[in-house]
Amino acid sequence: MSRKNRIDPESADQNEKITAGAATAAADSASQTVDVSSLPRGYVLRKLFTSTLYLSAFTFGGGYVIITLLQKKFIDELHWIDNDEMLDLVAIAQSSPGAIAVNGAIVIGSKLAGIPGILCAVLGAVIPPIVILTVISGFYAAFRDNFFLHALLQGMQCGVSAVIFSVVWDMAAGTFRERDKVNLFILGAAFVCNYVLKVNVVFIILACIGVGLIRAVIRGRRSA
Amino acid sequence: MIYLQLFLAFLQIGAFSFGGGYAAMPLIQAQVIDHYGWLTAADFNDLVTIAEMTPGPIALNAATFVGNQIAGIPGAVIATFGVILPSCLFVSVLAALYAKYRNLATMKEVLHSLHPAVIAMIFAAGLKIVVPALFPGTGAATAVSEFSLRHLLIFLGALFVLRKWKSDPIKVMVGCGAVELAYECAARYLF
Repeated sequence: MSRKNRIDPESADQNEKITAGAATAAADSASQTVDVSSLPRGYVLRKLFTSTLYLSAFTFGGGYVIITLLQKKFIDELHWIDNDEMLDLVAIAQSSPGAIAVNGAIVIGSKLAGIPGILCAVLGAVIPPIVILTVISGFYAAFRDNFFLHALLQGMQCGVSAVIFSVVWDMAAGTFRERDKVNLFILGAAFVCNYVLKVNVVFIILACIGVGLIRAVIRGRRSA
Repeated sequence: MIYLQLFLAFLQIGAFSFGGGYAAMPLIQAQVIDHYGWLTAADFNDLVTIAEMTPGPIALNAATFVGNQIAGIPGAVIATFGVILPSCLFVSVLAALYAKYRNLATMKEVLHSLHPAVIAMIFAAGLKIVVPALFPGTGAATAVSEFSLRHLLIFLGALFVLRKWKSDPIKVMVGCGAVELAYECAARYLF
């Protein structure tokens, strides 16, 4: 007992130094991403599965909501993906056929852990809807007309939109900081096309790819 | 045989619904009501309402709902598998191409031009949810009399909590639901 007491202060001091060092290192790299390939594979796969399962089980309001939540999780919390790459991945998810939530899970799974990653992420995204709908389809009239559920969902819609706005806030700040006039124009035009004119997302993405190709050609000529 | 039909019907829905949930709706309708007659139009309306009230993409919810009605739980699993299979193939190929070519100058320029569009569309998705929430009953921003100050306050409160404390978004969402539920219960039983 007494021996332990003698050693403890020293080791505690050492521990403190180590944790303090780790904390500053973490603070330094707060804006950088973690190298996922250095993490144990089982841990990455487990994290992928539990993240998509949790988000899919609580995400009301469609694919974009889960995309914003995945962004928060993998950029802000885990630092496994950086902001630019995430936007690329979201563009891939949007321009592909099928449910955006599932596509989002696939791109993230594939980026972090290849084909096993895809399987884990998709499985997590798919289980909650199957279970919940199976349970509900037995007594859906009662479910549909339930007063308490309606109130709960109404409130949650306000929360969902707050989450989306918060994520857009962070992302748009990056675009405005760049002061790239063409990109600011694309931001406004894409919004008007999508929200006011109700143009299908795929056409908006194709148009942006066209703009990007033209810019690449112009840049190529300038440097030549 | 019914399993194969379910699989093929939802495979088509998964393969051709570009642009997310609401693009999938007419495809689901065409397969499930018009072609196979698995649901009536009234059933379909119920399905849409339930899909909006439960988490998960509408195409997946439809697959589970229809699969269950037609062939029980195996039907639900097979229909769901059909609806996600095209995504898995298509997106995996695109993701692999992206990983390989993302550092090409042309690719960078294209992706750089895509970023603001992606942000704009996510913002539009947020508006599509908040407008009906702030103007309950009508679902349109035109009827000023329907405006709900309470919902605006919940929205702003949630935004504040998210920005200030970087809270877990799911907890914020559930919290908003609890606030509204408490208000509605109080309004119904106390006053």
